[in-house]
Amino acid sequence: MRYFFTSSLFIGALGQWLTGYFAYNALTRLRFNLGYDVTPAPWFFRLRNFFGEDITPPGFDEPAMVLATLFSLIGFLLCSGVLTDWLKMCAGQRPHLTHGAQGKPEWTRYINVDVNHKVIGIQYGMSSIFILLVGGLLAILFRLELAMPGLQFLDGDSYNTLFSAHGIIMIAAIFAGVGAMTNYLGPVMVGASDMAFPRLNAFSYWVSVPSALILIAGIFMGGWDTGWVGYPTHSTSTTMAGVQMFLLGFYLNGFSSIASGLNLVVTTIYMRAKGMTYFRMPIFVWAALAASILQMTVTQTVGVALTMVVAERAIGLDFFGAIADPTLVAAGVPTGDPILFQHLFWFYSHPAVYVWILPGLGIISELLPVFSRKPLFGYKWIALSSVGIALVGSIVWAHHMLTSSMEPMWKVPFMISTLFVAVPTGVKFFSWVATIWEGKMRFQTPMLFVLGAISVFLLGGLSGPILGTIATDMHLHDSYFVVGHFHATIFGGFVFPFFAAIYYWYPKMTGRMYNEALGKLHFWIMVPGFWVMSLMQMRVGMQGMRRRIADYGPDLGIAAEQALITVATLAIGWSILIMLYNLVSSARSAEKAPANPWGSRSPEFQSPSPLPEFNYDAPITVVGDPYDYGIEDATYVVVPGAAGD
Amino acid sequence: MSAVAHHDHHDDHHELHNPMEPTRKEQIRMNRMGLWMFCLSEAFLFFAILAARFYLWRDADGAAIRPYLEQGPALAFTVVLLLSSYFMNRAEVAIANDDKKTFSFGMLMTAGLGLVFLLGVIFVEWGLMLPEPHLPVNGGAFAAVFYAMTGMHAIHVVTGVILILIVWNNGRKGLYDSKEHWAVEACAIYWHYVDLVWVFFYPAIYLIGYAVKVPHHSAIISFFM
Repeated sequence: MRYFFTSSLFIGALGQWLTGYFAYNALTRLRFNLGYDVTPAPWFFRLRNFFGEDITPPGFDEPAMVLATLFSLIGFLLCSGVLTDWLKMCAGQRPHLTHGAQGKPEWTRYINVDVNHKVIGIQYGMSSIFILLVGGLLAILFRLELAMPGLQFLDGDSYNTLFSAHGIIMIAAIFAGVGAMTNYLGPVMVGASDMAFPRLNAFSYWVSVPSALILIAGIFMGGWDTGWVGYPTHSTSTTMAGVQMFLLGFYLNGFSSIASGLNLVVTTIYMRAKGMTYFRMPIFVWAALAASILQMTVTQTVGVALTMVVAERAIGLDFFGAIADPTLVAAGVPTGDPILFQHLFWFYSHPAVYVWILPGLGIISELLPVFSRKPLFGYKWIALSSVGIALVGSIVWAHHMLTSSMEPMWKVPFMISTLFVAVPTGVKFFSWVATIWEGKMRFQTPMLFVLGAISVFLLGGLSGPILGTIATDMHLHDSYFVVGHFHATIFGGFVFPFFAAIYYWYPKMTGRMYNEALGKLHFWIMVPGFWVMSLMQMRVGMQGMRRRIADYGPDLGIAAEQALITVATLAIGWSILIMLYNLVSSARSAEKAPANPWGSRSPEFQSPSPLPEFNYDAPITVVGDPYDYGIEDATYVVVPGAAGD
Repeated sequence: MSAVAHHDHHDDHHELHNPMEPTRKEQIRMNRMGLWMFCLSEAFLFFAILAARFYLWRDADGAAIRPYLEQGPALAFTVVLLLSSYFMNRAEVAIANDDKKTFSFGMLMTAGLGLVFLLGVIFVEWGLMLPEPHLPVNGGAFAAVFYAMTGMHAIHVVTGVILILIVWNNGRKGLYDSKEHWAVEACAIYWHYVDLVWVFFYPAIYLIGYAVKVPHHSAIISFFM
């Protein structure tokens, strides 16, 4: 307990709360004294004096809240100590990287600022699962509401807050999960000791924590009803006060994305082991590289879009046309345009889904040869298809706007580019089928999740062109069909591969083996649960169920399907609790795992479990191709001091 | 590969270099690439703002327009900013030749000119402190994009000036010489980059399209005034 209260996590969160609290109160008082109009403040921004009397300035003020939220982030970063080394450098010192637990128990590394990429990867992983549970809980709440026609226990505003928060919190969880995979695996797979910039890596993680806290706090500070997209003019005019917390939490999470993307790109360029050419890297590294390039670049544009909404709400700058002044229009001064937001937003947010699924697809390609004992079919094609998806995926964004008032001449080109995404994705599917063709398959839990991922991703992939085609999109846009399609792509492209990766590298991370029976139970509950959920979502969508609606009439004839979706959601929730139990209990008591339990050729499995501080005792050398499973005398890496070489 | 002690002559208490860890030379090579990647990333930020400018600042026929603003001061501040890049370059070349005096002078001149530019943007272009700013905050998409472009660029100038002052101060303590001056190089790349952005932003705000006057009629909204 003593270690928890002195950890970066606790002190940082405390610092964030205190900074936000005092900054908000100081700024409101200042603005109140300047004569501004205000509305009641949420409870934890209330200031009490020594006698417990409420001395909060009478009112709640949005510009003050924006600045206070930004201050609170700085408060977290300063208090958690992630900036300490950089501040020392500014003062002219040259601090060394510290390694190890500094005399404390080993587990405290995970709640303190640590520069080791494996620690950061596991930190991301644990945060991802925690945020996933929060987001899943929100989903279960509004799924219970939707199980029957009529409003049972939620009202419109709370329903809106729940689905909006579910969306963005899940996205934060997915980014943390992507961070977990790329951080833990990237450097060790290329044979490096750590990321290119270990301190920046720690910063990426520790900036995502306060931004996730800001998002979660937004639920309690008035909530918001904009969905995860936050389209103006609704987001610029809604009176629900949590919308600024949503925008800022989303925005600040972008810092984490950009920094970690940049870090992985430089690591991959410069820190590959001797002999590891680009086409001899493990296939996951290619996928992570493509995702990182996207993360590093396009994230900036959503930052611009979100800043514009924040500024329009807080200062009154007219970007999106919520405030059209007739005098200005008469003088020929242009007004804002909400379509601008959609362009800037989707220029990021469409490629963002490739940031989530590319590492997942990389995991599928990485694991299939191991469990089929056959070479990966078409390595170069797979490697380049990741880059292809990233490139083509960057020029398809306006297919989200086919029913909007954007220039009609652009609709068909965007439809065509959208359908082109199916080409590199199809390359991956053919390679997966060809890889398992006549292979000696072993159906352990990671392999089951990989096969489940392929089946679910196929469902998501096949429903994609239907939505990308203008004629069918006119009918299906904003319906539950979109919800079904999106969940299928993300479960197939991220959630299932992420779970496969957790089970597969669990012995590498902890040195112990998970419980195989519980792992299989998790899979056999989750896969049917997900298929039922996704197919029923698509079905109710085609029958007229809209997205983001708290209720539906009994005469739509979809009550049975809706109840089924809710049951399936609960099944998925329970299966994830089984996984959590499995991971926690196995880490404490399970048998020790061998260094290479799967017979993998990948370099990290040639080093002991858990991995040493610098991954390998001495630099490794690559002498062959990575996926020559089942080929006699084929060597991939020479790891000094490893058993068997 | 043997564990060779890496001699970092600034480092009083260096230890044996772990063969798995990058050497200082390799690290600087990665730092340089990282900075260029950062520039690439930032290019998307500025590109998005430029896209907003050309998307919003159009008349009914779709032709490019711009707000009517005074040309003289803007041109003068642009010259000041571009001039600062010259002194930045002088400082970098000087430290590469161990010329500490020119280095200090160049850094201070760069920071000073950067500051002049910054004050010019805030007090002249934005007209803070004037009874009526040239572009009131609620002046439609003109004001919105104008403050977005100048503001986002100004934030980068502020960080640049702070970085330059930090590096100048560390240089005064003798941390850099001809062999080891990555911080100075980083400052220079960043500063030239911020200048380059202005080379695109200046014509986009002040030159491209025909000028439309913004009527002055509405109350001024700002945070502290």
